[in-house]
Amino acid sequence: MIQGVLDGVLVGAILSLGAIGLTMAMHMLRFANFSHAELLSIGAYSALVFDGLFEALVPPMAAAIGPLSLTWALSAAILVSMGATAASAILVDRLVFRRVRALGGELSMVFASFGVALVLRNVISLSFGLKTQLYSQDIVFAVILSQDPLLLVKPDQIFALIAALAIMFALHVVLSRTTLGYALRAAAENPTLAQVNGINLGRMITLIWVIGGGLAAFAGVAYGLTNQISPVIGRDLVLPIFAATIVGGIGSVYGAVLGGFIVGIAANLALVVLPSGYSPAVPFLIIILVLLIRPNGLFGEARA
Amino acid sequence: MIGVVSYLVFFATVAAILAIAVLGLNLQWGNTGLFNGGVVAFFGAGGYGTLILGGTAQPDHLGGFGAPFALALAGGCIVAGVLAWIVGVLTLKLRHDYLAIATFGVAVAFESVMRNAEWLAGGAKGVRGFERPLRAALGDGFTYNLLFLGLVLVLGLAVYLFLERLIRSPFGRLLRAIREDEIAARSLGKAPDRVRLTAFVAGSVIMGLSGGLYASFYAFMSPQDVLPILTFQIWAMLIVGGAGNNGGAILGAFLIWGGWTASGWALSRFAPIEAQLYTGTVQFILIGLLIVGMLMWRPQGLLPERLVVSQTGKINEENLGRK
Repeated sequence: MIQGVLDGVLVGAILSLGAIGLTMAMHMLRFANFSHAELLSIGAYSALVFDGLFEALVPPMAAAIGPLSLTWALSAAILVSMGATAASAILVDRLVFRRVRALGGELSMVFASFGVALVLRNVISLSFGLKTQLYSQDIVFAVILSQDPLLLVKPDQIFALIAALAIMFALHVVLSRTTLGYALRAAAENPTLAQVNGINLGRMITLIWVIGGGLAAFAGVAYGLTNQISPVIGRDLVLPIFAATIVGGIGSVYGAVLGGFIVGIAANLALVVLPSGYSPAVPFLIIILVLLIRPNGLFGEARA
Repeated sequence: MIGVVSYLVFFATVAAILAIAVLGLNLQWGNTGLFNGGVVAFFGAGGYGTLILGGTAQPDHLGGFGAPFALALAGGCIVAGVLAWIVGVLTLKLRHDYLAIATFGVAVAFESVMRNAEWLAGGAKGVRGFERPLRAALGDGFTYNLLFLGLVLVLGLAVYLFLERLIRSPFGRLLRAIREDEIAARSLGKAPDRVRLTAFVAGSVIMGLSGGLYASFYAFMSPQDVLPILTFQIWAMLIVGGAGNNGGAILGAFLIWGGWTASGWALSRFAPIEAQLYTGTVQFILIGLLIVGMLMWRPQGLLPERLVVSQTGKINEENLGRK
């Protein structure tokens, strides 16, 4: 039970990072982006590529950091991957979403995002194979936190959690303390009014993808580090991430953070009562529950 | 020769069954602007419902009601309609994202329940023990398949005529009014939420009919028949054919199903052995590119919606275009 909560918190941090980017994009561009979770796959796989590259170029970087299975090469690869994923998010927006946005309604965007997700996921399968992969073949033993009740945690999980919280804090500072953050929030609230006040909407949209892509990349690597890397990361995480945004209220960044943790913990606790085969259905149950009790989420507001 | 004809009959049956689902989606998306991200759930509910109601008793899962075929099929449609009603009531009052996410979720949940709940529908092994209607009299051969195709075509035609009448009726105009401008419709005293719910449930019942026919045709249904890719295929059919045009929906169904079957055959015939594992992957990429490409370059589809003006007068061309 307590182990379930612990694991849930760790998964929750990953979902939160994904949900922040998704909720920001949904708020500003007004469409449910079903391809957002594929950014996590892109992040995980580009980190895998750069990890191999750095290890080959600078062999000493292959050393693990302290008790983690994380190497110096992989930590550098994470940073590069965040950039690369942000760039892919912008590229997809330029190639597809911007054109569809100009042509049609919000729901065409949802259709397009499904198509994009299908293409991205299967191009990754085709390039890297359908098999699962790991960043490190070394076995890292879990640390026993307590004997009774037995609580186990892997050092990598602690790292992922702390780093995720640090990233969220940094984002909070940017959004609440800088002019750029104000501009971003203003553009999401009311694009027309923001433009009247001299905010460049195109640049804000780019920024949304940079933030969303960067956070998603880190979440993807963290998922790969604590589970495994596979082309279906996006397929498996898309519904939990949506559930997190709905729990938090679409458009609310802080709601997305909280929603991620709630969905992570609830999904892990549900496994106590439900057989594990049903776990893909749990996010849907959470969504239904939220819609019944508080349709606009914890921090959301009604908007047509 | 008889081989080719019998294959064509088989192909036409499956394509026509899928065309019925596309017609259902057209009512939701094409006419009302409702995004259904979980077509397979309603298709599957109809299929599983029909098999369980019409099947013989099974030791390890629900069944044994032995309902006559027509009753079982109607029951399957009702199961699909009830599922749609539950999802619709919860989401249709909220912003449109919620319906997209909830319907996507219901499909994921449906597949996971069908895969795991052995007591309900046999789990991964699927539902067995369904006797195809009139099989005792007609056997399993070519004649049977031909008659089944006839049944599918008759039901498909009935759905088509029903929808054509519906969209020309005042109710059809109301659907389009809500799609184009909900606030204007509300200001005229209409209740958009209720109308949308009606259209959503009706569309899902039609998808349930399609699922019921599909399941009866194979006399079998398993979680493999309700994979998310079927939703994408059915969308591609509607988008390619032309959202808002029932004729387009049918054309799209035959084109996409033909393309899907042909690409699968070509890949298995000509691709190297080691690449065979990736046949599905390549087909998924093709379907994804098709959906994105159509939305970017020809969002109205091959047969665009015919915009009807009920009261002629001076028409501003710009106002006729869809938002």
